[in-house]
Amino acid sequence: MIRVVLPAHLRTLARVAGEVTVEVHGPVTQRSVLDAVEATYPMLSGTIRDHVTKRRRAFVRFFACEQDLSHDSPDALLPDAVATGAEPLLIVGAMAGG
Amino acid sequence: MSRVRVLVGTKKGAFILTADGKRKQWDINGPHFAGWEMYHLKGSCADPNRLYASQTSSWFGQIIQRSNDGGKTWETPGGEKMPGPYDPPGGLSNKFVYDTSAESGKPLTTHQWYDGTQRPWEFKRVWHLEPSLTEPDTVYAGVEDAAMFRSTDGGKSWHELASLRSTKGELWQPGAGGMCLHTIILDPNNAQRMFIAISAAGVFRTDDAGSTWRPVNRGLKSQYELPDPDAEVGHCVHNIAMHPSRPHVLFMQKHWDVMRSDDAGESWHEVSGNLPTDFGFPIAVHAHEPDTVYVVPIKSDSEHFPPEGKLRVYRSRSGGNEWDALTKGLPQRDCYVNVLRDAMAVDSLDPCGLYFGTTGGQVYGSADGGDTWEPLVRDLPAVLSVEVQTL
Repeated sequence: MIRVVLPAHLRTLARVAGEVTVEVHGPVTQRSVLDAVEATYPMLSGTIRDHVTKRRRAFVRFFACEQDLSHDSPDALLPDAVATGAEPLLIVGAMAGG
Repeated sequence: MSRVRVLVGTKKGAFILTADGKRKQWDINGPHFAGWEMYHLKGSCADPNRLYASQTSSWFGQIIQRSNDGGKTWETPGGEKMPGPYDPPGGLSNKFVYDTSAESGKPLTTHQWYDGTQRPWEFKRVWHLEPSLTEPDTVYAGVEDAAMFRSTDGGKSWHELASLRSTKGELWQPGAGGMCLHTIILDPNNAQRMFIAISAAGVFRTDDAGSTWRPVNRGLKSQYELPDPDAEVGHCVHNIAMHPSRPHVLFMQKHWDVMRSDDAGESWHEVSGNLPTDFGFPIAVHAHEPDTVYVVPIKSDSEHFPPEGKLRVYRSRSGGNEWDALTKGLPQRDCYVNVLRDAMAVDSLDPCGLYFGTTGGQVYGSADGGDTWEPLVRDLPAVLSVEVQTL
């Protein structure tokens, strides 16, 4: 299972508390994890990446294992620690005002 | 006894204010959706407990919320039941995708940017939600970048009325607030006719329920904003208002100028008269007197606050040109707030009630047609929109 940490506003929208977990079949990438998150929590479609282009929203960042993965290809493999569930993928709102 | 429900959208959540018909004691409920920009909330005339709300964020995009109990509880349309992990995704209520299909004629997909270059349309947020006058599940959305969407399933799915964008869309451009479709007026006597207003494109009318549109801006002048001051499109219209008993008469607060049309937008003439400044954002019409009109003059296009630090609503009882300042109960010194275009509304009680919200977080109300005012609540986040339901 892949562990995902959502920002507070998206936890409220998805009606969850704490981390969520999703199952990914095949390579564990940003795209496959986000596909699984949106399939499990359809109300999050469009909130993390654009509905059509699937591009990351400008003020959303992806962190894991103390690295910023925001600018990695959506099809790049996520770190092994994320794929094995040892570490979560962090989806965070950019620290830009608010 | 009748009741009044005031729906207030702010920069950091929504608030619902309720009172009985005397409108003296107000209950303040909120914040709903705390931390989100609530651009607009509006109730259905056909089912007053059906409310729609635009919840938006630069971080997480657009959400549509819906209530079936007058705002006590909310749901994202189509997201009421959590599907299983491998069910096809639902929750499409926030999916606003411009229609570029061959069937709709592949409308133009670029507009003018601030610098005059062409930019592709890009969805940003919903500015205004206008429920159908007769069908609770039908609702229109005015969005940025400017376009009109319709839902006929209670906000679960949205479809663009795409021919609007092909009405010289390449000449539309953003105003300071973005290129937004902010006003939607449904003709109560003719279900086929709607008026919409866009900053900065102007007013457009459909007479076939949104299949085709045409600009109705003759008489508008934008001397310092457009290379051709009398252009057919490109005017920065801030708000328009109509009295339901007289749907061919429209009042407009433009970037500069207060205007009036007596022929459903075919032509406009200026009625700014003796206003201290004819810049402003909202405009409203009295519920029972079709020639009584309200505006809130703002000093200028860069100085977005009342002239002389005095917050004054101006009322014309002659359909424009002759205006009187309404000041009793409003701050008359050191007041430098703004009143945004969707932040003034009237109830339908007798006497007519008026309400407006400020960027300083005050919501003022008048239970006597504007003669006297009092703050219903003073310290909310900046107010983006105010709507009223008479129950």
